[in-house]
Amino acid sequence: MASRMAAAADTEVQIITGNQAMALAAKRCRVQVVAAYPITPQSQVTETLSEYVAAGELDAEYVNVESEHSALSVCIGASSVGARAFTATSANGLAYMCEPLHWAAGARLPIVLGCVNRAMAAPWSVLNDQQDSMSQRDAGWIQIFARNNQEIFDTAVQAFKIAQTVSVPVMVCYDGYLLSHTVMPVDVPSQEAVDTFLPPYTPHTILDPADPRNLNQVTLADPRENEKGVLCHGYMELRYLLEEALEQARDTIIAVDEEYAAAFGRSCGGMLWTYRSEDAEVLLVAAGSLASEASVAVDALRADGCKAGVIGVRAYRPFPKQELIEATAPAARVLVFDKSLSYGNEGPICGDVKAALYGSGSHPAVHGYIAGLGGRDVRAAELAEAVRRDAAKGAVAPTEWINCRI
Amino acid sequence: MTNLIDLPGEEYMLPGNRACAGCGLALAYRYILKALDGRAIMCVPASCLTVLGGMYPVSSVRMPWLNVTFPSTAATASGVVAGLKALGRKDVTVVAMAGDGGTVDIGIQALSGAAERNTDLLYICYDNEAYMNTGVQRSSATPKGVKTTTTPVGGKREHKKDMAGIMEAHHLAYIATASPAFPDDLYDKVRKARDMRGTRYIHVYAPCPPGWLFHTKDTVNVGRISVETGAVVLYEIEDGAFRLTGLSKEIADFDELKPLTTYLECQGRFRDLDAATIEELETRVARRWDRYVARDEEADA
Ligand SMILES: Cc1ncc(C[n+]2csc(CCOP(=O)(O)OP(=O)(O)O)c2C)c(N)n1
Ligand code: SF4
Ligand SMILES: [Mg+2]
Repeated sequence: MASRMAAAADTEVQIITGNQAMALAAKRCRVQVVAAYPITPQSQVTETLSEYVAAGELDAEYVNVESEHSALSVCIGASSVGARAFTATSANGLAYMCEPLHWAAGARLPIVLGCVNRAMAAPWSVLNDQQDSMSQRDAGWIQIFARNNQEIFDTAVQAFKIAQTVSVPVMVCYDGYLLSHTVMPVDVPSQEAVDTFLPPYTPHTILDPADPRNLNQVTLADPRENEKGVLCHGYMELRYLLEEALEQARDTIIAVDEEYAAAFGRSCGGMLWTYRSEDAEVLLVAAGSLASEASVAVDALRADGCKAGVIGVRAYRPFPKQELIEATAPAARVLVFDKSLSYGNEGPICGDVKAALYGSGSHPAVHGYIAGLGGRDVRAAELAEAVRRDAAKGAVAPTEWINCRI
Repeated sequence: MTNLIDLPGEEYMLPGNRACAGCGLALAYRYILKALDGRAIMCVPASCLTVLGGMYPVSSVRMPWLNVTFPSTAATASGVVAGLKALGRKDVTVVAMAGDGGTVDIGIQALSGAAERNTDLLYICYDNEAYMNTGVQRSSATPKGVKTTTTPVGGKREHKKDMAGIMEAHHLAYIATASPAFPDDLYDKVRKARDMRGTRYIHVYAPCPPGWLFHTKDTVNVGRISVETGAVVLYEIEDGAFRLTGLSKEIADFDELKPLTTYLECQGRFRDLDAATIEELETRVARRWDRYVARDEEADA
């Protein structure tokens, strides 16, 4: 609190929705090209940005594209010539971007995308779960979840810095409606403060007739010599470098969050955040607003004498493996609540937690729970109840669906 | 019209590229790059042109070139335009260049969107009338009756899509058709389009020896015959004003079209046409020619 007050001179508290927080962050980051396509619950982000541009408050090119595929493609083109580019979408829109998502990562473009998490159709649902961004987890993007509107703003500002530091695009994920349409107080730093925090984007390669280059060409499997006889990477090496950048991004995500805390008095937790986890015997793991809800459940459990804690997955890609190993060390049981499913297997976060802990020396029982699909309400009491029921489960247990009335 | 010997000697296409011998696209591309004077950024989707550009880490052109996803040519190019504008760069022409498949099929949505926004870019479709890069499959620009690997029996059943006509419905500043068999006409059109603003569209018919089944020495011949017979009509539409150009204009003013069969018979892809289809194609070409000539006369009057 003290540090927050220290920064107070430079900030202004606004009561805004998650979508407005995202748009405001993009504005503070002086995005130069914005392209997006309407989809619920994202639309308000781009409507707000187009208002900023129309009012002359934001000096950016706003491109009214005819699809999400084109929205991200516009960002790819803009970023390739050195402009800071932003887009936002949800669910089917993100799925429609699948091809350029992979492209943006492979081309190493520091685009920032706001993913307002929404259930995938069919059947149609405009409500929240996290199937959309989870389905794109292997596209080569950094994915970071925000748990409230303040974190949406802070994470978005950090995202531009992370993206341009490691040359990897960043997806800022936050829950549709639960955050996107809910108003909360958000501390908004001044333009000058954000300008100091975020340096301008200098691209790693530029398209310029003065120095003609052919970008993203057909690349063979094996390294190959250029016209000067210098051996250059094959496809596999270029992909290794992308993976290396995502691995390096761990340090960058933590460092940028620390720099942000130093500048603005607030940290989002780096790779993950914890709540009452130090002595916890049972840990609840989730991402986004569900993890906030888990904190409420933990307070109730603690009041009942159950030593529970929360691990909020902030960075989902790169996955916080080491942090999870450390944070789960004291626990006997870990319950992972996924708002999405890798169909035919289990919740994606659950599978990743198990993989991270395997062979690490930290061996709690890890149990998967599916919750809140298609906007199904998840109450803290249900999470607490799941923790109580879970005590009876053995080391290995099938995935349980919370409040699925079938 | 620029005389062939007056074309700039500067070459932007380097010696040696991966196009087939006799490639009409390669020929067209050479003149297009000359007309652009090197002051352009090319956006190119998956196609024979990608192959022509060469494989990393060498390139066959001296021109900044951005490879893009197959459906997104006009959208990615829109992003390049927006990015350059945001950065205050005004000295570069943004050129999107895609094949017929990348334009009339999978890329039509992005192109229509960019054109509707009147994005400041020059879009060039090189039309070799099929998906050549993937092995001669039909596209919606393939003419009726043509044998492709996906229309193996009896040829394609549907007529060719009139893409330049579709672009005309977007009311652009400039629309033209061209052929590498007439490099002077092609050069002038690209040059004119280069210096205009808003979305400009040029549809270049690009004869393709392996796809159309003719000898590699005959590319220019086949291109010439396509115009002599009216299978291809050279025109431009500047701010809505239509006019025939080059050989098409000469034929309209002083001559008449040669029989379409001259064109159909100079290549193997039409080999299975039956008499009824030939007649249908002839009628279509003749009617379309009359319409173009009438529009040209209207403008002259
Ligand atoms: C989304 C997507 N679908 C399919 C392909 C495969 N593909 C690559 S090039 C091509 C054909 C291109 O045809 P056209 O645009 O006419 O150019 P040409 O090869 O004839 O020069 C296809 C289908 C792809 N790269 N991307
Ligand atoms: S297939 Fe046709 S268009 Fe493609 S490179 Fe060969 S000749 Fe050119
Ligand atoms: Mg083609």
